[in-house]
Formats: sequence, C-alpha cells, structure tokens
Amino acid sequence: MSKAAPAGLSYTKDHEWARTDGGDGGSVTIGVTAFAVEQLGDITLVNFDVKVGDAVEAGKTFGTIESVKTLSDLFAPISGTVTKVNDALHDKPELVNDDCYGAGWMVTIAKAAGSTTSELLDEAAYEAHVKASS
Amino acid sequence: MYDSHVQLGGRIVPFAGWEMPVQYTGIVDEHQAVRAAAGLFDASHMGELSLTGEYARQVIDYVVTGDASKLTDGQALYTCALNEDGKILDDLIIYRAAEERWLVVCNASNREKMVAVFSKAAANHCEFSDKSDETALIALQGPKAFAILAQMGRDAAGLAELKSFHFRDAVVGNVRATVARTGYTGEDGVEIFCAWSDAKALWDQLIEVGRPLGLKPAGLGARDTLRLEARLSLYGNEIDETTNPFEAGLSWIVKMDKDTFVGKPALEAIRAPGARPAERKLIGFEVTGRGVARHGYPLKNLEGQVVGVCTSGSPGPTVGKTIGLGYLPTQLSEVGSRFLVDCRGKDVEAVVVKTPFYRRPKG
Repeated sequence: MSKAAPAGLSYTKDHEWARTDGGDGGSVTIGVTAFAVEQLGDITLVNFDVKVGDAVEAGKTFGTIESVKTLSDLFAPISGTVTKVNDALHDKPELVNDDCYGAGWMVTIAKAAGSTTSELLDEAAYEAHVKASS
Repeated sequence: MYDSHVQLGGRIVPFAGWEMPVQYTGIVDEHQAVRAAAGLFDASHMGELSLTGEYARQVIDYVVTGDASKLTDGQALYTCALNEDGKILDDLIIYRAAEERWLVVCNASNREKMVAVFSKAAANHCEFSDKSDETALIALQGPKAFAILAQMGRDAAGLAELKSFHFRDAVVGNVRATVARTGYTGEDGVEIFCAWSDAKALWDQLIEVGRPLGLKPAGLGARDTLRLEARLSLYGNEIDETTNPFEAGLSWIVKMDKDTFVGKPALEAIRAPGARPAERKLIGFEVTGRGVARHGYPLKNLEGQVVGVCTSGSPGPTVGKTIGLGYLPTQLSEVGSRFLVDCRGKDVEAVVVKTPFYRRPKG
C-alpha cells in the first residue's frame, strides 16, 4: 500500500509532513504524505490561500487540495511566516501524486518564536496513526 | 464478487446499503480505460423488479412517463416515475421480454420506494416480485466491449448485432445471462444480468479475457465522472422528489399524449397556457476559474446573489476541463451565460456550456 513515511520528518494527524531545513532550524517545509495522496487519488488542483510574507497559524488552513472526488484542507503544522510557495503546483498539481515528499512540497514557513515541530509525530508514531485510521 | 473486488485492489465503501468498490487503480485511470478500451463495473446494487401477466404493460404504463405500449419484445426504454405532484420518484429502465413479461431496473437507493409503488399498482392486476437479491448486474462498457464478448463463446460473440436499447438472453462464457445494450458511461457497451450465484465466475472470466484488450475493473468513482461527462443524471443529485422532469431536461422521456400516468395532471398544469414559465433549468457548465464545483455548492449571479445550486461537479478527465451540472434561473441558463460558483466561500467563475460535455466518436 502506501510508501513508508520517511525518517527525519515530522508528521501531523492530518497527514502532512514537516521538514526542518538545515542550519538554525528556523525554516520548515510542508507537504502531504503518501497516505494522504493515496486516499485523495488523482490530484487536480492545489490552491494556496497564502502568499510569501503572510502569517500562518498552527492548526489553521492555508490552502486546499482537490482530487477528482474530494476537496481537503491544508493545515499549517506550525505558526510562522510563509517564505516560499511551490508555484509549480499551480499548473502541475500531479507533482503531488508523483513525488509528495519532493517536488510536490507545498510551502516553506519561517517558524514563529515559540512555535515548534517537537509536538508533531515522528515517523513511527505517524505510521501507527495511519494503521489505526485505515 | 466481493472477494474479486478486494483481490483487484478495490477500495470498498458503503453505498446505499451495499459494500461497493469506489476505485481500483484510480478514478482517472479507470475513466480513461473505459473511453479508450473497456471497463467492468459491478452494478449489482441496482434494483430489478419483475412484472408479469396480461396487464403488466398497463401497470407499468400507469407508473412511468414513457410509452411502454410502443416497445417490442427485447426492447428497453429509459423513463421515470413521478409522484402526484409531478416530481421524480426515480429514473428507470423498463425492459419488455415478452408481452406479458417485463423487467424494471431502479436505483438502489430507491428500491424500497419503487417496490412499494409497483407492488401497489400491480395489486389485483399483475404479478409483481422484487428480484434484486438474486440478480447481479455487471456492466461492460467501452469501445472494446464487443471484442471482449467475442471471446466469451459463440452466443456472446453474436451480441454485437444487438441494437442500442435492445436486449436478449445469451450465454456469456458459461453463464446464462440477459444482456442489454445499455450503459451509464457515454460509451458503447452492455449491461449483463445474471444469477447472483454465477456473478463471480462471470466477472472473473471477463476480467481475464478482457485484460489483454485493455479492460480494467472500474468503480463508482469512474462511473460518476463518466456519466457526468455524458450528462446522464444521477438520482439524488440532478433529480429527486423536488424536481420535475421538464426542468431536469428530461421532457424527452415524458409522453404527455399517453392517456394517463401518475403525475400527468401536475405536469399538464405546468405546461398549461398562461402558466408561469419554468423558473429554473438544469444546465451544464465549465468552471473557468480555479476551483471545483461540488454537489450542493451555491451558484451565484455576477452580482453575488445566490440563484441556484450545483448538483454534480468534478474534473472531467476526457474533456480536460472542470465541469458540472446545476440548476440556474431560466434567464441565466443560456449557453455562454456567466455566473459564479461559491466554492466554500470563494467565488469561482463559470460559464454555461452545451451538453453533453463528451460525445463518443462515431464508428
């Protein structure tokens, strides 16, 4: 079934991943997991409600992802400021199907002071969550 | 067939009291297979009602809007049944096997309702029985459908001669079945009725024989995108007990010159000289902005007032556009008319277009 969740990423119960990018760890890239992609099926549209410079709040939606059958919200796993948006998804939403942990990334967020990924799940806890919900 | 669906990777969901495969290899993949080659659908959830006897035809003619008296043996007709208010109880296909032997296929979600309607109408006039639990229905749809049947034995090979909306008994593989040249995808193909106990053998054999020709098992998801592109109504979406057949674009299945049928007086009142013109119409549209219109989303005029509702919508894999059906006020229903879809609080532009969105190539 779905590919195993890669080690070294943090996960949410809403099937998103967060990768803390090198250096001081202030920058976090967000995407959706292979399990989410499998559940959604063919992704046809990714819409972001935010642009570079906008603030996002942990647990709040920052966009939507639509497949042939359903629409689901994208939730920010941490609070911070958007520093990058994956504009390639505008015309190529299928990148999420093809490579959800790579070219199908969604946004990069500069963490707000006090916001942390430490409350998110590690890959083992996330795999257990997937097992329990499938 | 449940085991076969699971074995083929089917993702199973509950649907109208049935455990149904929503998809196997992916909605778009299955959709494209049906358009390019063939798809196999388990439609066993549909209701099969049998009416027999000298007055079976009259009973059916009283319940449905179409003219059953015009059918010959082996002919089928798409029609609907109305309530006294002229609203749609169900859309149906009626099959005349013989003058005194008829089959009615109804939607799974309306089975209990239609059993009540037909059994009441049949009382003291003809025999009625609900055959749904013993009857399976497998739909083989797509341009390769008859090439696949050609490999299912001599009798099945001859089914290519069957005319559209005609049916006959046939041996398919080694299964005795009734095969109709009908479908719900916009493609050529057949729907095969057989005994529940034979269904798994027939399904497995069709998959095996069809696979080299590009046949794929297809689920409810692809069934929905295929029927939407072909602008075929889905009960519960485009039509229900709040819609009349005229506004739903189904006047072609209503024979007002028939003596009588349930709901006819209500429809006559709608059509009477001096009656108010139809307030709304079912239209097809393309979403030109970034969004997908879904069932139940409000439709707004360009001034932002809610004026209608989307009944179905999704990306159309073959037409390559995001399409939908919905009700709009008659004055906004012309092709080219622009309006907005309220996609969960975001207004997205759309335009009324001609339907069907997809028409299969002739030949």
